[in-house]
Amino acid sequence: MDNSNVDKSRRRFLTAAATVVGGVGTVAGAVPFIATMAPSEKTKAVGAPVEIDISKLQPGERIIEEWQGKPVWVLRRTKEMLEDISTQADVVSDPASDSSAQPEYAKNEYRARKGEYLVVLGVCTHLGCAPKFIQKGMDDSVSAEKGGFSCPCHGSRFDLAGRVFKGVPAPTNLVVPPYKFLSPSRLLVGDDSEAV
Amino acid sequence: MANIEKQVVEGLTGLRDWVDARFPLVKSWNEHLAKYYAPKNFNFWYFFGSLALLVLVIQILTGIWLTMNYKPSAEGAFASVEYIMRDVEWGWFIRYMHSTGASAFFVVIFLHMFRTLLYGSYKKPRELLWLSGMALYLVIMGEAFFGYLLPWGQMSYWGAKVIISLFGALPIIGPDLAEWIRGDFVVSDVTLNRFFALHVIAFPLLILGLVGFHILALHEVGSNNPDGVEIKKNKNAEGIPLDGIPFHPYYTVKDIFGVVVFLIFFFAVVFFTPEMGGYFLEHANFTPADPFTTPAHIAPVWYFTPFYAILRAVPDKLGGVIAMGLAVNIFLLLPWLDRSPVKSIRYRGMNYRIALTAFVISFVSLGWLGMQGVTPLYTWMARFFSVVYFSFFLLMPFYTAFDNDKAVPDRVTDK
Repeated sequence: MDNSNVDKSRRRFLTAAATVVGGVGTVAGAVPFIATMAPSEKTKAVGAPVEIDISKLQPGERIIEEWQGKPVWVLRRTKEMLEDISTQADVVSDPASDSSAQPEYAKNEYRARKGEYLVVLGVCTHLGCAPKFIQKGMDDSVSAEKGGFSCPCHGSRFDLAGRVFKGVPAPTNLVVPPYKFLSPSRLLVGDDSEAV
Repeated sequence: MANIEKQVVEGLTGLRDWVDARFPLVKSWNEHLAKYYAPKNFNFWYFFGSLALLVLVIQILTGIWLTMNYKPSAEGAFASVEYIMRDVEWGWFIRYMHSTGASAFFVVIFLHMFRTLLYGSYKKPRELLWLSGMALYLVIMGEAFFGYLLPWGQMSYWGAKVIISLFGALPIIGPDLAEWIRGDFVVSDVTLNRFFALHVIAFPLLILGLVGFHILALHEVGSNNPDGVEIKKNKNAEGIPLDGIPFHPYYTVKDIFGVVVFLIFFFAVVFFTPEMGGYFLEHANFTPADPFTTPAHIAPVWYFTPFYAILRAVPDKLGGVIAMGLAVNIFLLLPWLDRSPVKSIRYRGMNYRIALTAFVISFVSLGWLGMQGVTPLYTWMARFFSVVYFSFFLLMPFYTAFDNDKAVPDRVTDK
């Protein structure tokens, strides 16, 4: 074949155009494959609010319920527990919850709508393990002597308001989900609209 | 009689020639086996490449048979594994071969990689060989991680949860990325189902492709050897390396010997101690996954513990994740970090010998620490060994450049 009369610039243009169009097509073709791995409609629908009955919850006791597949803890705190929380502002790393996740009404010392009831997600903010509830006196390590939560995975510790202690891997306080009281003995987690 | 024999031979030769006219049969055989010349001085450390291939075959075979009875759903997974163990004929045997094979894979790969550090096999011209090997190592880590979720035990569940959360620690894209990997807000049936797809189809295909690349790259540049001398520099009149011997039959026979010894150890584990005292199959994994209770003592399987110890040693979430990722991937840079003109440790100076010894001690110590609970002492030990671990790599350009290397001989020695 005679190649002497080949228009090189024309050939280059065609190669570039084919590469660009083919590249765009490849990217467009990849979109459905990537998008199909995101949570499906069915998965998203499971995140509906849940009602929790707290009428039988005794002071100092904690119950675990499920919301969006995650454990929600409700801890009914005693007066002593609340007093202990007040003494720990120096040893927790984010005492005012400035860099932690919670609704506005839980951004206070006790991290709750009502000081008596702590409602948090039982998911360590480090890598997602479920911390264990430690009663006062159960553990003599400095950060948990007054009770709190201890994560078995990487040793993160939280006080009874879900505030993370200094010097542990977890970066922020335990997450407070949106919630409201339907009545003094009934709690709705996952919805806080029109709450008082 | 002689007539029949002659006819059979002629028939077979004819068949071979018929195929050869249509497919490079004899050519491939010669190129990769009968006329592929490997250095004559391979030692113990050269068993592990072929053994890795053997373990891959074991994993693929047992894996196919396991999928015949396994159910990839949160509802049915744990029960189907118990079903395989108790009710399926020889099911326990197939499963224990697969679970032992996973650990054996890492034993073999770690030794294979250590050989590379001993004899400088990653150095020029074998950089691509090294990179493809590293890619294989990373893909096999992923494959092991996906596979570990499938029994849907407590360790499966919480291990997967922690590892996926590592991606969540990345800035900006982290939380969405973790959700995309899980396909759910938590590790769930959705996650299990996709991990099954990745474990049985996607990653095995990747592994096979990379193995092909790895072997082609090896046969292009030729094997390094314990002396680190390029045998292609000394060839005879026919162009055959003077210190080379044909891979087949010399090394096929050697490798078969290695295979027999390996299988003795492998089946000793499969038959007598398939759990390996909780190292190969962790005790907590005999309890079905419970999303609300983390086991009191959580640790990854032994082959991930060195990196897990590094993760825990850093008192910062993102920092820990970065350090861990770096610890796994930093091997990729070895060909460019090593400035020594000498390949083999036989002719290297004290600097590299000391550095490599310190590195091995750190790696093993981190592996042990990663299995222990968190105490202040262990955390400080992990920090110390993490520093040594990274120093091996980051200081390499300096200590290898000023090492008192010895003279390398022209030809391989017979040791």
